[in-house]
Amino acid sequence: MTQTTEFNLDGRAISVTPNVGERLSETLRERLGARDVKVGCNAGDCGACTVLIDGAPVCACLTPSQQVAGKTVETLRGLHGDDPIAAQLAQRFHDHGAAQCGICTPGMMVAAVALLRATPHPNEDQVKDALGGVLCRCTGYRKIIDAVMGKAAFAQDTAGLVGDSIRRLDGSGKTAGTEAFGDDVAPAGTLELLIIRSPYPRARFELGDLAAFVHANEGLVATLTAADIKGQNAFGVIPAFVDQPVFAETETRFRGEAVAAVIGTSDALRLLSPDDFPVSWTELDAVQDVHAAQHTAQAPLHDGRAQNVMCGGFVACGDAAKTVNKAEISVTGHYKSGFVEHAYIEPEAGFAQMVNGRVEIHACTQAPVMDLEALEIILGMDRSQIRIIPTGVGGGFGSKLDISVQPYLALATLKTGKPVRLTYSRSESMQSTTKRHPSDITLRIGADKTGKITGFDFLGLFDTGAYASWGPTVANRVPVHASGPYQIADYRAESKGIHTNNPPAGAFRGFGVPQSAIAQESLFDSLAEKLGMDALEFRILNALENGAPTVCGQVFDQGVGIKACLKALRAPWAAENRAAQDFNAQSDTVKRGVGIAAGWYGCGNTSLPNPSTIKSGIRADGTVVLHQGAMDIGQGANTVIAQIFATALGVPVSQIELIGPDTDVTPDAGKTSASRQTYVSGNAARLSGEALRALILSKMNAGPDTTLTIGDGCIKADEQSFDLLTLTPDPEGYVLRAIETYDPPTKPLDENGQGEPYAQFGYAAHLVVVDVDTAYGTVKPVKFVAAHDVGQAINPMLVEGQVEGGIAQGLGMALMEEYIPGRTENLHDYLIPTIGDMPPVQTIIIEEPDAHGPFGAKGLGEHVLIPTAPAILNAIYNATGARITTVPATPDRVRAAIKGLSNE
Amino acid sequence: MSYNSPTDLASALALAAKAHQTVIAGGTDVYPASRQGRPPQSLLDVTRIPDLTSIAHLDDHIRIGAAVNWTQIINANLPAAFDALKQAAREVGSVQIQNSGTIGGNLCNASPAADGVPPLLTLDASLEVSSLARGPRIMPLGDFITGPRSTELQADELVTAVLVPNPDANAKSAFEKLGSRKYLVISITMTAAQITCDDAGKIAQARVAVGACSAVAQRLLDLEASLISKIPQDVHVARHHLAPLSPIDDVRGSGEFRLDVVAEQCVRAIKRAALA
Repeated sequence: MTQTTEFNLDGRAISVTPNVGERLSETLRERLGARDVKVGCNAGDCGACTVLIDGAPVCACLTPSQQVAGKTVETLRGLHGDDPIAAQLAQRFHDHGAAQCGICTPGMMVAAVALLRATPHPNEDQVKDALGGVLCRCTGYRKIIDAVMGKAAFAQDTAGLVGDSIRRLDGSGKTAGTEAFGDDVAPAGTLELLIIRSPYPRARFELGDLAAFVHANEGLVATLTAADIKGQNAFGVIPAFVDQPVFAETETRFRGEAVAAVIGTSDALRLLSPDDFPVSWTELDAVQDVHAAQHTAQAPLHDGRAQNVMCGGFVACGDAAKTVNKAEISVTGHYKSGFVEHAYIEPEAGFAQMVNGRVEIHACTQAPVMDLEALEIILGMDRSQIRIIPTGVGGGFGSKLDISVQPYLALATLKTGKPVRLTYSRSESMQSTTKRHPSDITLRIGADKTGKITGFDFLGLFDTGAYASWGPTVANRVPVHASGPYQIADYRAESKGIHTNNPPAGAFRGFGVPQSAIAQESLFDSLAEKLGMDALEFRILNALENGAPTVCGQVFDQGVGIKACLKALRAPWAAENRAAQDFNAQSDTVKRGVGIAAGWYGCGNTSLPNPSTIKSGIRADGTVVLHQGAMDIGQGANTVIAQIFATALGVPVSQIELIGPDTDVTPDAGKTSASRQTYVSGNAARLSGEALRALILSKMNAGPDTTLTIGDGCIKADEQSFDLLTLTPDPEGYVLRAIETYDPPTKPLDENGQGEPYAQFGYAAHLVVVDVDTAYGTVKPVKFVAAHDVGQAINPMLVEGQVEGGIAQGLGMALMEEYIPGRTENLHDYLIPTIGDMPPVQTIIIEEPDAHGPFGAKGLGEHVLIPTAPAILNAIYNATGARITTVPATPDRVRAAIKGLSNE
Repeated sequence: MSYNSPTDLASALALAAKAHQTVIAGGTDVYPASRQGRPPQSLLDVTRIPDLTSIAHLDDHIRIGAAVNWTQIINANLPAAFDALKQAAREVGSVQIQNSGTIGGNLCNASPAADGVPPLLTLDASLEVSSLARGPRIMPLGDFITGPRSTELQADELVTAVLVPNPDANAKSAFEKLGSRKYLVISITMTAAQITCDDAGKIAQARVAVGACSAVAQRLLDLEASLISKIPQDVHVARHHLAPLSPIDDVRGSGEFRLDVVAEQCVRAIKRAALA
């Protein structure tokens, strides 16, 4: 029995007939086209779906549609059009870079409009209270606070060349609620998919009569299983480790692994429980930790991977063990971390359809061409028959490098011939997609009495879960980075990725380096203390510098910026330590501490080819087009790559038309990972801009410093004018074009990890002040100072946004985040920082130019996170004397460590 | 399958007497608990019944309608003894949840970590429960919740109101919540204290209730008795005062940790209440 519900939506009278108890979010999105209302969790945990009902912010996902009968509902799209407060707020969001990926922006803005209507000039606490119910995973919230408070604009009105803090070029759709993310592109009424997943960490299963099942349930169209795969039932991101089935065939290896899928109408799937599906399960013994997995009597998860060791990584120079053993001063530590969930606010989602016999997939992704290559193998189709059109991406952080919804969508549309959509529920997303690797690290470091580090011996075990994903990358990257940005003559670092019946661990901002940095930077503090040295001066003494070899024997004669980062912290380090002493003299239970840590990050693939290609062209009417293939997942590639290109070409960025990474029209700019887009795709964009400029200058016979003015069918240079209309356009409509590729110069690593793994590193050092409530064990960061060497800040506003967002993720990893399969599969048991948890950040941008980077720029996206967690742990120690060696440092762990001190 | 939003209690009770009715108010517990493929058959929306959505000051007690949301409580004009309840209301989820979630829903959901329960225990609250067949009945809150997700509510009954006897005009109260982050957080432990001090500043009356440390939130009667005649600065909580608690280990913290911190939390809540 359906009933009509009438209400006012953004000034329009609405009459709809939702299902009984249909969530208002669903009614708004699917019946009324209000796709600006985002769904992140369907449980009131993320606030992305915030709308105003009679002026009050509520979660539309928790509101029965019938309850709004006779009421007024306002969503971002309506507010953006009609409400002057919302319009002004949108401008402020642009002025501060307060929207990164944009998926939380509608919820943030709607909640903020309610605040600003009542309180036009809110203070920071009022903003936090009003926005505490909306989670953001990208920004670290500080730019949002600035925007809502109406602080002076950060962005400048400039030409948008390198170094200019221009507003995001793709920002307006984010603040208007019109940007289409993975779940926003399918027409209402499209067939949907429901995936059937293993409820056990390991199980054998048998499927029942699927044809009878489909026949018996009205509205079901078909099922999908491994039998529907024409190509190979396998995917993976590293060719030698393609080991994950699209559908398990007889046995599942982790909780949440797919065994089948059901295709049907929305109404049919709404009433379909996984319990209704004909499958019988036999739970099997599972191994869920790395130690048990190496010593189990059971067969390994994968043939040929004895003791469940997937692979390892190794870097050695000198004789670490001997040097540490005979060191004048030495320290030993053991550190652990758990699974960390990416927790982007947009669950994986997409839509696929057949177009002229080709499969077309619209989905959120960090790597469209890798998606295409994976589907080629799974579908057994030529790549020319597959098109990937990335949607907006509501956060990625590494997990959307792997395919998720894509093969199911493709198989379903191929099987039915009809368009199909799929959106993961929050718990599906958390169960089935990759995580940060849990780590178990043993480290010994030795030094001489002057404080020079002499030896460093590291062993890291990483739980890579049931499948390889990016585990080999983590295994390779960690030994290269585990030294931190320091000079160490005798060094040995070994890593192992171990399979367990846990979710696959893959890429997550830093690829294992945040874990190894916790061990290394924590133990550095212990070592400095034992030496009686200041922790910062100890780091400066040992810091890497130009001309000194890294632990891989790589010598940079330029561009090493770690000392500059550390020295930038000297003044705040002294001031904050004094302030903390004063504070502690007055405070018994709450103790203040100051901590520092540093980090580095090699940009791009480790000793492997890693090219990006960027195409640009000029149409006869003078439009300059940039095929911007570097996926913008919120970090700002659309803006930064365009700024680099505009600078190289010599035109204002406002003149450039962007075409996105549709695989039919835009060349491969590689994946958005490894902090590579600004550096690698940026270089390709620079080369493309320079080549296009050279082409113009040669046609016009003009000198290299000529100022170009492009538009209205001609190019003007000084007194000359060049008529574009006389040229014959190519099939894409360009009269001039340039395609350029850049691949970072690296050299292979030998069996001891010696070589040139990266063409450049970025460098970072963080200082944090924390207040520890010693009776509760709670830790409240009150301030960060973050120094980052980015070579050349292409857009300082976006640099700050990356730093603040990275710190928020580091803070979460340090203090609250731990994914436990089967127990924290939602966003109220798995906690990420809210707006109330993120203190102010003072960002210090260091620009030690890099010879390889475009205009000197270095990658940034990952070293923003690496020092954060160890800095917090060092601050907790500084405040309390308690050394936390397992993250997250939850209140019970911190309190237990503090109690342990008095028991000693 | 139907969605009903009655505007009077009698109609609501008539509907509640039918089978397969899921009562919904703010939806903040109904939806998160819903499972794929199993939507509720019929929903009984109790948010349009004036008696259930208003707060009334009566002769000897204050009546809070069961469908009053947390924002209404925060904004209501209530005696200082209700400050703990207001502080708890501000800690429920987020503004969005406070605008939807209701006091009656919080009690019926019967989570051991329900933020509303400890303050209401210190207010000596009772519940008014009604059915078409048997009419209204009143029972103490402590009797209503029988365990995790378990209450005395019968299938045909609705909770209609929370009844709080008029508190001592000098009673003050405070609520303390410990969680791993600032907003949208489920309590690791929480404590509400209601304290009345005499003219000399000594504690004359005390009520202390703790949540998330037992299957059902508990008053700490021995602790309360020990507080009488003490000055708030001298309050001490001993292990035996916590005997009614039996905290479990879960993802938010160990049972041992909970017992450890809740002692401190009681002290803080008592002091804050007394010195408010």
